[in-house]
Amino acid sequence: MVRVDGTGMSDSLICVRGLDKKYTRGSEEIHVLQGLNLDVDRGDFVAFMGPSGSGKTTLLNLLGGLDVPSAGTISVDRDEITHMSSSKLTAWRARHVGFVFQMYNLIPVLTAYQNVELPLLLTKLSKADRKRHVETVLAVVGLADRMHHYPRQLSGGQEQRVTIARAIVSDPTFLLCDEPTGDLDRKAADEIMDLIGRLVQEYGKTVLMVTHDPAVAQRAQMTLHLEKGSLVGATEKAVGK
Amino acid sequence: MKFLPLIIANLFRKKIRTTLTIGSFAVALFLFGVLAVVRGAFSQGVEIAGTDRLVVINKVSLIQPLPLSYGDRLSRIKGIKQVTHDNWFGGVYQDEKNFFPQFAIDVENQRAMYPEFTVSDNEWKTFAGDRQGAIAGESLASRFGWKVGDRIPIKGTIYPGAWEFNLDGIYHGKRAQDDTTQFWFHWDFLEERAFQKGNVGWYVVRVNNPDLSVRIAKTIDQEFANSPFETKTDTEKAFASSFVKQMGNIEFLILTIGGVVFFTLLLVTGNTIATSVRERVSELAVLKALGFSDRFMLMLVMEESLLVALVGGGLGMLFAKLFTLGGDPTHGILPYFYLPVPAIIAGMSLALCVGVVAAILPALFAMRLRVVDAIRRA
Repeated sequence: MVRVDGTGMSDSLICVRGLDKKYTRGSEEIHVLQGLNLDVDRGDFVAFMGPSGSGKTTLLNLLGGLDVPSAGTISVDRDEITHMSSSKLTAWRARHVGFVFQMYNLIPVLTAYQNVELPLLLTKLSKADRKRHVETVLAVVGLADRMHHYPRQLSGGQEQRVTIARAIVSDPTFLLCDEPTGDLDRKAADEIMDLIGRLVQEYGKTVLMVTHDPAVAQRAQMTLHLEKGSLVGATEKAVGK
Repeated sequence: MKFLPLIIANLFRKKIRTTLTIGSFAVALFLFGVLAVVRGAFSQGVEIAGTDRLVVINKVSLIQPLPLSYGDRLSRIKGIKQVTHDNWFGGVYQDEKNFFPQFAIDVENQRAMYPEFTVSDNEWKTFAGDRQGAIAGESLASRFGWKVGDRIPIKGTIYPGAWEFNLDGIYHGKRAQDDTTQFWFHWDFLEERAFQKGNVGWYVVRVNNPDLSVRIAKTIDQEFANSPFETKTDTEKAFASSFVKQMGNIEFLILTIGGVVFFTLLLVTGNTIATSVRERVSELAVLKALGFSDRFMLMLVMEESLLVALVGGGLGMLFAKLFTLGGDPTHGILPYFYLPVPAIIAGMSLALCVGVVAAILPALFAMRLRVVDAIRRA
């Protein structure tokens, strides 16, 4: 269950306390996130909404260990990541986080198969095991027959499916999706959200997603609203939706 | 090895650019190989010169003769084991462009003095008994398609007139770098028709102990001091070296050309790698987001550069080797025309160094890339 009041249980998967992030631009200090608390349990599906500059993507970057906070702590599975060294954080990311970006960010010179295999190259899996994993996740995202296609030979929706396959192939602790449907038409966006929904419901994945699209946000169990770096409200998914 | 497909895929995203960069390495290394061959051709005489041989020439100049009588006096000097003498003939075979060195030799002592050159006993025996006989090096014989038994006409220049020789044998070098472009004939035959009798071009002596070479050289020159034919004696190495110096500072010229070529290659490669890294900032950022370490990013860029250097450098050295297999293209000016293994190793090492240095800045850029900034920019 998602909580934003800082009273979550200590066994929450993700536990954020007093998170601050500020940037200095010239002589100006910009507070992007201010005193943010958040608890996310395993299997939760949370959406973050808010106007541009509200701190959604910054929050995602901090949760994913891509950036470090100015103050506050983030613990994932009881590991506090805020004080990890850069190299430890990199290794932690490889084990615990799956990223899905708006612009897919696939390597254009690698096939879908090779793109999905990338995170597994960091593991000690044999080539045969890697192949098994990649084929499995490509089947899960419905692209078993496109595995040897290059990104340029795939549609936007298919590219995003490959990105999702890449994000889940190493079975990370949670997925971070930054505007996963931002570059897709409605039909493709629905297909991607169906897929993410399946990952949560069928495979018990924990998903944190940033979106501008209310229709997409509605797919999450809870939508958290950010404004000027603070959480200003939460909308729980209506039963039956 | 599991990252090799990623490295190769990155290199071939811009096939023309990669091909041109590999081509730059290949051309530079080919040039390096050829320069190394030319340098070797000029200095090989110095490298392979016998350490126990001294060359005795007229103090005035090499082209001034020495009396034949010096031979006996030389052999009496303590520490000298063998003595032989030679004359430069300088004739023309068919056409002036067919240059090759011709020596009138002391048949009795030639083989003992130059054991690195081998001739079969039968051929040598025939040659020794044939006053008009001659021995040619295998490269020379191959160049003109000569066979044992052929009659070789040579037009004299220093020693005027038409000279004819019977090719009685072919000599071979024991080492790849031995000069097999020479033509030997009897000194006695030359003496018969020479205008001034009783002279030789120079002497070559072998000493018992190479460590005493300098002292013996001094003794020889003292022996003939204040005579009409004073001598200048040097080790064979120093003699060959002074010959090379007469051609100018070949070493400096070659190093300068090579330096400029490699510096240009460094700039070209550095620019190519830097452009390649700049073009895929977002991809590198994604790799980092996926958990690839900073060190991995550094090595990825380095390995791409090294692979280009390795392939391009390898091709260049291969072409240079193939080029030298055809033999001396100047037909005689560069008798030691071959690419030795140390030069190949030096060339490849240099190519890899260029690969590393060219990639340092782009690799550091990739290593220090901040994921958040790079993805935002993308």
